[in-house]
Amino acid sequence: MGLSLTKAAHWTSSGTGKLEFTPMNESLLKEILCFVEQFSSQHPQEAEHVFEAPLQWSTTLVASDFKTDYDISDLDVQSHEKDSEGHPLLQLSPPTLNVRSFSQLSKLVRLADDKKLEEVRACLEENRDAVVKILGPCFGNILEREDAHTDELRLVDEDQVKDSDVKVKLFRLLQNMDKQLLSKLLEEISEQVRLDPTAVKNDMELLKRFCSEGEKRVLKSVRYTSDYEFANGCHAPLWRQLHGEICYLVIEPCDTEDLYITCSTTGVFLNGGIKHEGAESGYERTSDMYKDLVTLLKSRSPYFAENINKQDFAVELPSTQRIQHVESVDMEEQGQSQRSYEQQEKNVHDKARQQHTLNKAGGEKKYEPCPRWKNLGLMSPCCKAEEKKSGKSSGEERSAEIKRKKPGQGAKSKMKAEFSVSSIHGRLSSHKIKTPAGAMPVELSSESSLESEEEEEQSERRPENDTDLPSEYWQIQKLVKYLKGGDQTATVLTLCAMMDFNLMQETCQLAIRDVGGLEVLINLLDTDEVKCKIGSLKILRKISHNVQIRQTIVDMEGLQSIVRILDSPVMELKALAAETIANVARFHRARRTVRHYGGIKKLVKLLDCVPNLANLTATQEKDVEVARCGALALWSCSKSTKNKEAIHKAGGIPLLGRLLKSPHENMLIPVVGTLQECASEESYRIAIHTEGMIKDLVKNLSSDNDELQMHCASAIFKCAEDKETRDLVRKYKGLQPLVSLLGKADNKQLLAAATGAIWKCSISVENVAKFQEYKALEILVGLLTDQPEEVLVNVVGALGEFAQIPAGKAIIHKCGGIKPLVNLLAGTNQALLVNVTKAVGACATDKANMSIIDQLDGVRLVWSLLKNPSADVQSSAAWALCPCIENAKDAGEMVRSLVGGLELIVNLLKSTNNEVLASICAAIAKIAKDKENLAVLTDHGVVPLLAKLTNTTDDRLRRHLAEAIGHCCMWGSNRAAFGEAGAVAPLVRYLKSKDNTVHQSTAMALYQLSKDPNNCITMHEKGVVKPLIHIMGSNEEMLQEAAAGCVRNIRLLAVANRKARLFY
Amino acid sequence: MSAMNRKLKQTLAEAISKQVEHFSKAEIECLIREFTVLLGEPATPGRAVTGLDRGTFRRILHNIFGMTNDMIMDGVFRTFDKDNDSFVSMKEWIEGLSVFLRGTLEEKIKYCFHVYDLNGDNYISREEMFHMLKNSLIRQPTEEDPDEGIKDLVEITLKKMDHDHDGRLSFADFEKAVREENLLLEAFGTCLPDATSIELFERHVFQEQLEQ
Repeated sequence: MGLSLTKAAHWTSSGTGKLEFTPMNESLLKEILCFVEQFSSQHPQEAEHVFEAPLQWSTTLVASDFKTDYDISDLDVQSHEKDSEGHPLLQLSPPTLNVRSFSQLSKLVRLADDKKLEEVRACLEENRDAVVKILGPCFGNILEREDAHTDELRLVDEDQVKDSDVKVKLFRLLQNMDKQLLSKLLEEISEQVRLDPTAVKNDMELLKRFCSEGEKRVLKSVRYTSDYEFANGCHAPLWRQLHGEICYLVIEPCDTEDLYITCSTTGVFLNGGIKHEGAESGYERTSDMYKDLVTLLKSRSPYFAENINKQDFAVELPSTQRIQHVESVDMEEQGQSQRSYEQQEKNVHDKARQQHTLNKAGGEKKYEPCPRWKNLGLMSPCCKAEEKKSGKSSGEERSAEIKRKKPGQGAKSKMKAEFSVSSIHGRLSSHKIKTPAGAMPVELSSESSLESEEEEEQSERRPENDTDLPSEYWQIQKLVKYLKGGDQTATVLTLCAMMDFNLMQETCQLAIRDVGGLEVLINLLDTDEVKCKIGSLKILRKISHNVQIRQTIVDMEGLQSIVRILDSPVMELKALAAETIANVARFHRARRTVRHYGGIKKLVKLLDCVPNLANLTATQEKDVEVARCGALALWSCSKSTKNKEAIHKAGGIPLLGRLLKSPHENMLIPVVGTLQECASEESYRIAIHTEGMIKDLVKNLSSDNDELQMHCASAIFKCAEDKETRDLVRKYKGLQPLVSLLGKADNKQLLAAATGAIWKCSISVENVAKFQEYKALEILVGLLTDQPEEVLVNVVGALGEFAQIPAGKAIIHKCGGIKPLVNLLAGTNQALLVNVTKAVGACATDKANMSIIDQLDGVRLVWSLLKNPSADVQSSAAWALCPCIENAKDAGEMVRSLVGGLELIVNLLKSTNNEVLASICAAIAKIAKDKENLAVLTDHGVVPLLAKLTNTTDDRLRRHLAEAIGHCCMWGSNRAAFGEAGAVAPLVRYLKSKDNTVHQSTAMALYQLSKDPNNCITMHEKGVVKPLIHIMGSNEEMLQEAAAGCVRNIRLLAVANRKARLFY
Repeated sequence: MSAMNRKLKQTLAEAISKQVEHFSKAEIECLIREFTVLLGEPATPGRAVTGLDRGTFRRILHNIFGMTNDMIMDGVFRTFDKDNDSFVSMKEWIEGLSVFLRGTLEEKIKYCFHVYDLNGDNYISREEMFHMLKNSLIRQPTEEDPDEGIKDLVEITLKKMDHDHDGRLSFADFEKAVREENLLLEAFGTCLPDATSIELFERHVFQEQLEQ
C-alpha cells in the first residue's frame, strides 16, 4: 500500500487504471493482503490510527457480510468503532465503502473471506495515493523523495501535532513493507529473463498440469519429441543446439490440430512438423516467433487462450511468463511483431555487437534504469550498488550469477536489463526512429541468464551469425548510404538498383528498414522530385507486404506523405501511392490514419475515370489503372466501419457501381471486394440495390475467376438480407450460377460465400422453388460433413430455410441429412448451433424426420443447448424444442426422461433476453400439455416466474407468455396461483395490443383463468368484457370460442352471486 | 520587310512542319518567332547569324528549363546541333524541341543516349558514366578514396543496364533497360525538362505570342 509499491504495481498495469491480472501483481496483492491481515495483531497501537482521509472504493461486499461490531441498517453498514468526533471508522453505503483505520481494514479483510483479494485489488486501484490518504500529504511527499531519512522526519515531527509519533511509526512500517515487497518482486523477476532449458522445463511442467482430465483441462497432451535430455537440459540434437534450439514439443490442443513446436533460446515457434527424435527435416520456422509457450498456445488455440485465463491464479505461471508480462506492458501495441522485430534487430547487429560485447557489457547506457524506477526512492540504494558493481569485469558478474548465492544482486541486474529494454520499446512506440544502439540492451538480457551455457552457444554461433547475415543486407546497406548522400540522379539510379533485389523477401524488407532505408524512402516522398518519389513508392509498395514494415511506415508517419501524393497531377504517382496504401492499410491504426488525413476522399476521387471502359487511349488507360489502384486501396481501408461511412460520404458508391461494369477482372476484384466488405452496412446494401449493382454482381458470378466469384457471392450473401435484393438475384438468373459454384468444393472461401448467398436467397420461398429445380438441396446435404465451420454455418442455415416447405423436409430426409444435422448439435460454434437448431426444429415438424431425430437422441442434444451461454443459441434451441415435443411419439415420456431438463427450462424464465423468454414460454406451452410434466413444472415454480413476466410490452413475448399461462392453468391450483401472483390484470391489458396473435393466446389464457372466480372478479374490474365481446366478432373460431367462454364464466359467476344473495 | 519576313516565315514553317512531328504549322511559326527573339540582334551587324551558339543555348537551358549540370547541358547542345557546326540552327531548334518537349519514349531514349554519349562513339563507357556522376554523391572526407562511392555506383548501374556484359552501354542496352524501368531514361543526369517547365514554356511561346 506504500507509494513505491503503487508505482511498481502500476508499472505492470495497463493505462486503464486497473491492475492487470499478471502473476506478479497477484503475488503483490497477496503480500499486501497478508500485511493488512496481520497488522492489527502485530501493531495494535498503529492500527488504531485514524487515516487523514478515508480509503474509499466500490466493494462487492454487502450488508449481510458484516456481523457483530457493526450497525447494520438496511443496506448501509457502520462500524461501532468511532473516531474522536464520532464518525464511524467504517461506513458502507453500497457500493461505496469508506475505511479509516488499519484495524478496520484488517477486520474487513477477514470478513471478506474469499473475496478479500478482490477487495484489496479494488482498494488499491481506486486509492492510488493510499499513503497520502493514510498519513497526510507531507508524508506522501517524503516518501516520494529519494532518501527518506529519519532526520527529515524529525523536521516534520516538530511541525506536526501530537499523533505524529504514531504516524511516523506507521510510516516506517509501510516503508519496510515496501522494501520487502520490492525485494520479493525482484526475486521473482530474477528467476528467468530469457528462455533456457530450465524455463522451458518449467513451462512444460505447467502445461502438463493443464492436461489433466476434468473441467480444468485445456490441452489434450504435451510431449517432448525426445525424452533424452542432454547434460545442459536440452532435448534437441547437438547439431541443432548450435542454432540455439532447446527442444521440440508436440502439443495437442483441445480445439485445433497438433502443434509442432521448437523452443529455442530466442523464442518459441512452430516448426515444419518434427514428430519424433532424429527427424531430418522440418526444423524450419513456420510461424511467428513467440516469447514463450503459453503465448504461442494462446495465439494458436482459442480454447486454450480462453481457459488459461480462467485458471485459478493459485496455479503459479512459470517464471518465464512472469517476466514476459513485465516486459509486455510497455509494448502492448507492438505486440508480437515487436518481439520478433527485436530478434531481427539483434541478429542484424550481431556483428557490431560481437566487437563490443565484452567491454560494453558493463557500459553506462545499458545500466540506466527506466525513468519510472528511478523515481522509486527505495530503489536507488541498490541501483547505486549495482552501478558500482557493473564497473567490475563482466566475467565476475557472471560468475556471481551462476553461483546464485546472492540472488538479490543477480536479480537486480537482470531486472534492469529488462527495464531498459522496455524503455526502448517505449521510445520506439513514440514514433522515433531507432538507432543501432537499441539492440544492445537485448544483448544484456540474454547474457545475464544462465551464463555458462549461453556463453558456449554464443561463441559458437557468433561466427555463424556473421555469415548468417545475407549478402543482400550489406548490399542494401551500401545502397541506402548512396540514397542518403546522393543527388537526384544518384538517388534514382540507387532506387532502380534496389528494385532489383527480391523485395518480397523478408530479409531484404527488414534489411531496408534496419539500415535506415525506410526513413530515407519516406523522406523522399516529401521532396519535389517526381522520379525519386516514383522510385521510392515502387519499393515501398513491395516491401509494405511485410507486416512489420507496414507498422514502421505508420510509426514514421509515412502514410501521411503517401496520402498527400494522391493529389499529385502525375498519374503514375497516384497509382503507386494508392497501391502502397492498399498494402499498408491492412491494420486498424493505418486505416484510421488514412481517414484522418483525408485519404478516403482522395481515393474515392481516383475512382472517377472515363466511363467507356472498352477501348481506351493511352491516357485513359492510365486513368483506369489509377482507378484500379484506388479501388485496391479502398478495399483495404473498407475493413474499418468508419471508413465505410467515409467512402459512402465521399460519394464512392456510384463510382464503384460504374467501375463494376468494367470488363477487366483485375478491376472487378477490388471493386467487388470493397462492395462486399462494405455490404455489412445497411446503407450500402440499400445503395447496392438502388444503384442497380445486383445485376452486375450476378453477371460476375459466372466469371471464370474464383476470387471474383467469391466476392460477388459474398456481396450477394450480405445484401440478400433484403427481400427485394433476393428477388433481383432471381430475376437476373443468379440462382443457378450460385448453385453451380457449389461444385467448386475445394475452394473453401468460395464455397462459404456461395453457400452463404444461397442461404440468404432461400429466405424467399420463390427462390427455394428455383433452387429445387437446380437440385441445390441435394448438393447442400452432401456438404454437411467434412466442411469448415464457416461453410457449415451457411449450409445449415440454408437447410433451415429449405426445410420450411414440406418438399424440402422430404428431400433432407431422403438424402440422409438428418443424421449429420443432429451430429452438428454437439458442436461449439455458436453461429452454427443457432442454425443447426433452427434446421433441426424445421425438420422436426415432419413426423418421419422427427422419429429419426428421436432415434438419434437429437432432442436431448437440443435440450442440452439450453445450457449454452449464448442467448441466441438458447432461444434457437428452445424454438426447436417446440416442434420436437409436438411431433414426438410419447413426448411426455421423452421430456421426463431428460434428467433436470424441466428445471433447466423453468430457470431460463429468469433470463433477461426477451427472445429467450418468448421461446422458453413457447416450449413450456408445449411441455405443459402433458399433465405429469406440468406438475413437475409447477413444482419448479413456473407459475410465479410466468406471472412476473406479464408486465412485458413485447408483443412476441406476450403472445407466447399468454399461451404458456393458458396451458399451465390446467394443473392443481395454478389458476388461483396466477391470480394471486397478479398475472390476470396485465393479461387483460394484452387485449389492447395491436397484434392479433397476442389476442388469440390471451383470450385462451383468460378463458382458462376465468374458471377461478377470483380471477373473474379481477378481469371484470379491469374491464375485460368489452374487448372480449369485440373479439367474439373475430373470424377465428378458436378465438370466438375462448372469448365467449371467458365471458360466460364471468357471467355465471355474476348469476351465482345474485342467486346466492337472493337465497341466503 | 515584316510582310516579307512573315511570308518567308510561313514558307519556312510549311517546309519544316513536313519534316517535324509533334508540332502544328502554327506552333512552328511561334517557335520560329521565339527563335528569332532568342537569337537577338546579331552581334556584328551585317553578318548573318546562323543560329544559337553554345553560350546562348546553355543560358536558355538553364533559365527556362532549370538545368544545372554543365556536362549534361553540353550534351544537350551537342544533341540539338546535329551538323556539329557549334550553332543550333532554326531547323535544329525546332527538331530538337519536338523531342525535348513532346517526344515519344522511343525518341527520348535516342535523345538521352545521345546526350550521355559524350564522345559520340555510340557507347556510354564506364569513364563517361563516371564523369557524369562524379558530382552526384556527397563525398565522405573520411573515406580513403573519395571516388569509391561513384565508382561503385557506376558498377551497380553497369550491372543493371549492361545486358551484353561488354563493360559499356550500347544503345540496345540502354533502350532495353529504359523499357524495363522508365526511371532509367535520365539515368545519368536530368536532360529533359519537367512537366511544369514544359507547360510554362509552351504557354509562353504558343499562347502568349498568339495573343499578341
